[in-house]
Amino acid sequence: MTLQVAIEGVAFWASRLPGWDLARAVIRGEQAPPEAASARPAPTLLAPTERRRAPDTVAVALEVAGRACEAAGRKPSDLPSVFASTHGDLAISDYMCSTLAATPALISPIKFHNSVHNAAAGYWSIGTGSLAPYTAISAYEYTFGAGLIEAATQAACEERPVLYVAFDIEAKGALASMAPSRGLLGAALVLAPASAAQKQRSLILTTESVAESRPTAPRSAAAPLVADNALAPCLPFFEILAMSQPRTLCLALSKQMALNVQVN
Amino acid sequence: MPSRPLRITAYTLCSAVGEGRAATLAALRERRSGLTQNDFGSSPIPTWIGRVAGLEQQALPTELADWDCRNNRLAWRGLVADGFIEAAREARNRYGAGRVAVVVGTSTSSIGASEEAYARLDADGRYPVDLRRPIIHTPHSLGDFVQHALGLTGVSVTVATACSSSAKVFAQAERLIRTGIADAAIVGGVDTLCGSVLFGFNSLELVSPEPCRPFDVQRRGINLGEAAGFALLEKQAPSGAWLLGYGESNDAHHMSTPHPEGLGARLALSDALQRAELQPSDIDYINLHGTASQKNDEVEAKLVADLFPATTCASSTKGWTGHTLGAAGIVEAAISLLALEHQLLPGTLNLNIPDLACGPQIRRDNLQREASHALSFSFGFGGSNCVLVFGRDR
Repeated sequence: MTLQVAIEGVAFWASRLPGWDLARAVIRGEQAPPEAASARPAPTLLAPTERRRAPDTVAVALEVAGRACEAAGRKPSDLPSVFASTHGDLAISDYMCSTLAATPALISPIKFHNSVHNAAAGYWSIGTGSLAPYTAISAYEYTFGAGLIEAATQAACEERPVLYVAFDIEAKGALASMAPSRGLLGAALVLAPASAAQKQRSLILTTESVAESRPTAPRSAAAPLVADNALAPCLPFFEILAMSQPRTLCLALSKQMALNVQVN
Repeated sequence: MPSRPLRITAYTLCSAVGEGRAATLAALRERRSGLTQNDFGSSPIPTWIGRVAGLEQQALPTELADWDCRNNRLAWRGLVADGFIEAAREARNRYGAGRVAVVVGTSTSSIGASEEAYARLDADGRYPVDLRRPIIHTPHSLGDFVQHALGLTGVSVTVATACSSSAKVFAQAERLIRTGIADAAIVGGVDTLCGSVLFGFNSLELVSPEPCRPFDVQRRGINLGEAAGFALLEKQAPSGAWLLGYGESNDAHHMSTPHPEGLGARLALSDALQRAELQPSDIDYINLHGTASQKNDEVEAKLVADLFPATTCASSTKGWTGHTLGAAGIVEAAISLLALEHQLLPGTLNLNIPDLACGPQIRRDNLQREASHALSFSFGFGGSNCVLVFGRDR
């Protein structure tokens, strides 16, 4: 099977690579990465009272979601969305587990409703007023590829542009030993049905059963800056997007299923 | 690329009322609830729950020991009920291990295992040795377990949109089949009782101290439950009920309260009916979300009263199973399929005096009646809505 979609917008935010322009320049070797990590982006979509207490997942997801729509020139409320995260909100999971172990009756209702995997998607839809469907998924180490497939199938099946947002945050407490992840990393794309006359870049996605999937390894100076975030497997895709010439890469969908991506 | 109906060639469910379709059907017929007083954990809050018996002793096959935890034990119970695992393996042999996708829903997956680890951290604050298994401390624990248990190698995804999770899996699987990424799909959902949901919903003051009473004027909130359910979707098959359509939307309103006019729910419904090419008057039965929370039932009752004729029967089956959260979509899809298969439209347990918002559609009593088309409504936290349309095998 083959799926073809256009890329209308790209966004990227990592603690050491805050923004797609900077990340692209570092990947291309045109600029040195900043020495220090940036403070997390402000989720300006939310009411001022909610901004400060918004979880990191919401802050980084809303940042890249907004930038990708801006880059695409699309109104956020028009777009269905796919939110993908390997581990969801690791900090809230740590809070829930440690509070339950000590004082379960004191669980915070706000932390509880922010603990759902679709919290970032929910805040995005509320902030943008979007009634278009969203989904929230996870596929462990294959999360980025699985989300890309879901967003691309939505664009192709429903014949409308789709926002794809992937993110993972820093693990906290004892859970960090089982679900390790450092820093914040978010990436977003606006994908649209492919059209013959398009000027944008496009993707051709092909799945392939293989004896053992061998995803393309990251190779740029950006790689060590995001390597210890759970969403690091997305980087090779953005390394190829950062280059202007067409290239192909391989993402994994399972141990024995490859997702071949041709970036035109 | 318009959506096409898919055949449902196998399905099963396992909840507090019993394991498999026959036990569930008997409980529905006999109006036997699976709800019991909360005895989960060491300091149970005063509420009722839909607990599946014997999970503490449930063993997994040796080769699946790495995935062992309450949620995956319940997933295994679901997979072996009604011979589902054999049907799934036949599909694997027919299409190839890489051509059968796994799309399953959950809200908390195996967070119960992480909660247990935190309760038993060692002196250095590290996980107990028996729980040092990364796969059970991440949301995809469920999808990964199901894929390995069935020997599949294709796309495997866990959907976690709270209470709409295992309804939305039907939509995602349909897209994978429509675009040719898969030939068939295992869809389903599993959620188990855990501290996070019991104390979490309690903190939101949404749990009822008595057995839940969906659509009753004196309802006092939800009862949490646990359940597993699965369905096998195929493009072509000689028999099986039909997935005729689905609709997805969201409220864009509030993280834990539905839109007061059910705006998102109405959009999901019209999308679903449009895909299925049906009118409200074609619908014989609706399995409502009907959680027995004040807001949900009020909004949902109004929506049904506004849009459906009196001939449509609608009910909530949460009085049997409790609210099984991320598994509610598949459990209620399976109950809707049972309703069509046996022409038994379940009523609503514990409904004495209907809320003023209820129209004649919302039924207290079971009804044995000819039925061709059923809807299942699932509305979740974060405003995520999904409506499924099923057609009787013909």
